[in-house]
Amino acid sequence: MNRYPAWKYILLTAVVAFGIIYALPNLFGDDPAVQVSSARGFELDPALQGVVEDVVDAEEIQVKTTEFSSDRLMLRVNSSEQQLALADALRDQLGDAYVVALNLAPATPDWLRAVSASPMVLGLDLQGGVHFLMEVDMDTARSQQLERFVDDIRNLLRDQSIRYRSVRADREALVAELRTAEDRQTAMAQISADLPELELETFDGGETFNIRATVRPEVMTELQQTALQQNITTLRNRVNELGVAEPIIQQQGADRIVVQLPGVQDTAEAKRILGATATLEYRAVDEQNDPFEAQRTGRVPPQSRLYQTREGEPILLSRRLIASGDNLTSASAGFDQQTGQPNVQVTLDAVGARRMFEFTSENVGNRMAVVFIEQRPETRIVDGEEVRETRRVEEVISVAVVREPFGRTFQTTGLGSAREASQLALLLRAGALAAPVEIIEERTVGPSLGADNIEQGFNSVIIGFCLVLVLMAIYYKVFGLVANLALTANLVLIIALLSMIGATLTLPGIAGIVLTVGMAVDANVLIFERIREELRLGNTPQAAIRAGYDKAFSTIADANVTTLIAALVLFMFGTGPVKGFAVTLSLGIVTSMFTAIFGTRGVVNLIYGGRKRVKSLAL
Amino acid sequence: MDIIRNNTRIDFMARRKIALIFSAVLILASIGSLVTRGLNFGLDFTGGTLIEISYPAAPDLVNVRGALDDAGYENFSVQTFGTSRDIVVRLPAEVAAEEGADVSTAALEALSSVDAGVEIRRVEFVGPQIGEELANQGGLALLYALAGILLYVSFRFQWRFAVGAVAALVHDVVIVLGMISLIQISFDLTVVAALLAVIGYSLNDTIVVYDRLRENFRVKRKGTARELTNLSINQMLSRTVMTSLTTLLVLIALFYFGGEIIHAFAYTLIVGVIVGTYSSIFVASTAALVLGVSKQDLMPVTKEGADQPDHEDLPARFRNN
Repeated sequence: MNRYPAWKYILLTAVVAFGIIYALPNLFGDDPAVQVSSARGFELDPALQGVVEDVVDAEEIQVKTTEFSSDRLMLRVNSSEQQLALADALRDQLGDAYVVALNLAPATPDWLRAVSASPMVLGLDLQGGVHFLMEVDMDTARSQQLERFVDDIRNLLRDQSIRYRSVRADREALVAELRTAEDRQTAMAQISADLPELELETFDGGETFNIRATVRPEVMTELQQTALQQNITTLRNRVNELGVAEPIIQQQGADRIVVQLPGVQDTAEAKRILGATATLEYRAVDEQNDPFEAQRTGRVPPQSRLYQTREGEPILLSRRLIASGDNLTSASAGFDQQTGQPNVQVTLDAVGARRMFEFTSENVGNRMAVVFIEQRPETRIVDGEEVRETRRVEEVISVAVVREPFGRTFQTTGLGSAREASQLALLLRAGALAAPVEIIEERTVGPSLGADNIEQGFNSVIIGFCLVLVLMAIYYKVFGLVANLALTANLVLIIALLSMIGATLTLPGIAGIVLTVGMAVDANVLIFERIREELRLGNTPQAAIRAGYDKAFSTIADANVTTLIAALVLFMFGTGPVKGFAVTLSLGIVTSMFTAIFGTRGVVNLIYGGRKRVKSLAL
Repeated sequence: MDIIRNNTRIDFMARRKIALIFSAVLILASIGSLVTRGLNFGLDFTGGTLIEISYPAAPDLVNVRGALDDAGYENFSVQTFGTSRDIVVRLPAEVAAEEGADVSTAALEALSSVDAGVEIRRVEFVGPQIGEELANQGGLALLYALAGILLYVSFRFQWRFAVGAVAALVHDVVIVLGMISLIQISFDLTVVAALLAVIGYSLNDTIVVYDRLRENFRVKRKGTARELTNLSINQMLSRTVMTSLTTLLVLIALFYFGGEIIHAFAYTLIVGVIVGTYSSIFVASTAALVLGVSKQDLMPVTKEGADQPDHEDLPARFRNN
């Protein structure tokens, strides 16, 4: 007797049903959609929904669904004409603070979305787009940091009236030359108290008493991480300029950043925009003159310039610069220890600190503003010719009252919320002097090639799959059909799993699926050949089925584990597309074990298991 | 229906000399090709720039070359790709090293001067620092895969089998590399992925034969190691052929319908599956036999030395009795 208890069938049915449900979203195409997100990567204000709804009503566009989340607002529409019209209207209404991008939103029905089923994400090689791998120039980042320490040490020695001969960066270290041993001792004490990031040791020069300072390794690591994060922040801002619907900006390794821009074809434009620079300036607020008056009459006092705050109010700032982004060492959001209010901690380098101290000592009670400046490259058409130029975009991101004199470190308080604090810190960091980045890898796939890849990939899966089905049906008859059922279930399960884990489907990934289809029948071939063998030995059909499944199991397990090892190694060492191949291969191996052994046994038991006497097997 | 007759009794071990000579010739030829012709390393490893574009009408290649010449490029190659309208331009790594990623932008501009209706199909730029890294990673990946397999097979079977399996794998990888070198297909990352898949596949085949060998060693009272090896291969022959056939079917589908980009990948796997099937029959078991595999090595209960794990310690589902 070959019978499965009811629970095994329930499990089998449940897994297959589960697979079908989660694979299903891939069958529904996409809806044209318009996506709104913050140009600065900030969280969206729920009030935005109201503004957008007004635009939708005014344009008389029928929106299918609206999805609001903290990072984007997505509106699905019925046609691409409506999509374009809505996007244009929203751009006019929302202005520079928001990015309005065209997107394709999966047309997954609500009941599927309710169980959070969603289609597979297509890789750049299938949907077209640009992939950049950028490397942060850590050598420059390191030498920038060393120069800052040189300035810090010089200032420290000067402030303490310690006479020194020279302070300079020497490869990976800093060397300070002092004239006497006593001076060196005081200097050592001062430096180690003020600059705990440095490790100090003494050595004697010919006529001088020297200190060699090296930056602690953990500080260096943190510095590199900061340099990388800073670049990621800046890149994110840049990419938002491009109006790309779903960009990916990720850290890879210690000094690299992956930028993926689906749907972008103009790589030249993308490269220009990614290469743009930002900085910031600390300026005094001109308290003597009335900014509204200046805005109304157009007469701006000669020592000042007229700016606009983010709220759109005019403000007059002194032309004299206090400090710039080059002087900013770090900026981080946190909470004030006394009041618990959100704040932003800022650290300046020695030069900035001195100028900041000079300014703040004379201006307690006055206001100070931070201007964020971006050089945005733009292309305009003038007389039929393309003209490339950079536009300087200035924005006042913070205005605060100076409460007391400060220098190297200070905090900005009075921020509305923790969110506002983190936004300000983000902008400050983006404007700080960044280590240069270089594009070290570019892969662009045009939309036509992407479409070709999808079609060819899809075709090869279908054709390969059908060929295997035919061969199995002819060779193993009824058992072959059972195996085909399992193979189909296997394909559905792979697609379901890939969709569920949010894996990106690439061309090598499709190749992995095709290969899995070919190899997944192996388990069934092993079982069926074993059953045939048992029959030849004179066993009854029922006994042969049982023995076939039992004896083939360990072989199948062994064979699959070894393939999994290869797939695992591939996953660990592979990058991008090769990883996709490894993922589909591994998933395929696991699902095929389930469908080819457990699944087919269930069906075979249904067909033959219940009968008392089976004369022969259609095998 | 049977492709392989029931109860074949082919004396594979008697033919092992012929197989040995055959394998030796293939390996020598492969090494010869690898030494003299080398591998045609793709962009992933050499660095450089590749641009695939589609013109509205088949362009004159002379004009395309001229445009690149005028733009100041040297040592580039221009080829049609698939159709006569599709052109692939390759620029050497030195240009990329000097100009960085801007090179693709500049070259594209030059190419659109031939015909403004040009459409970008694909641009790949790989900086010199990436190429070396990928080459190292690819080599390491192959080594780690082989080491992992060696360990697993030693643990599940016995060291002689592990050595036999790895010998078969090295045999396969060398021959597949030789075949890649022979027809000079572009050796890129997808080919490395295919090589690892070949390792997985060939091993799969070998393990299946070993598994039967182990079973026969334990169950059959009579027969020498050589006879039992022969019997095991014959018993698994029909399965070996059938699985290779289904895998080859899908690979052929991939080769013919998967498009140009997947070509090298499919080719590598097709060669790999054929060679892997051959080696699992002739190389892996022969090697284990030559190393002196005997019945005692595989008796489940007797404790051996450090190289034989105690099967009683294994979870029940992994036990084979």
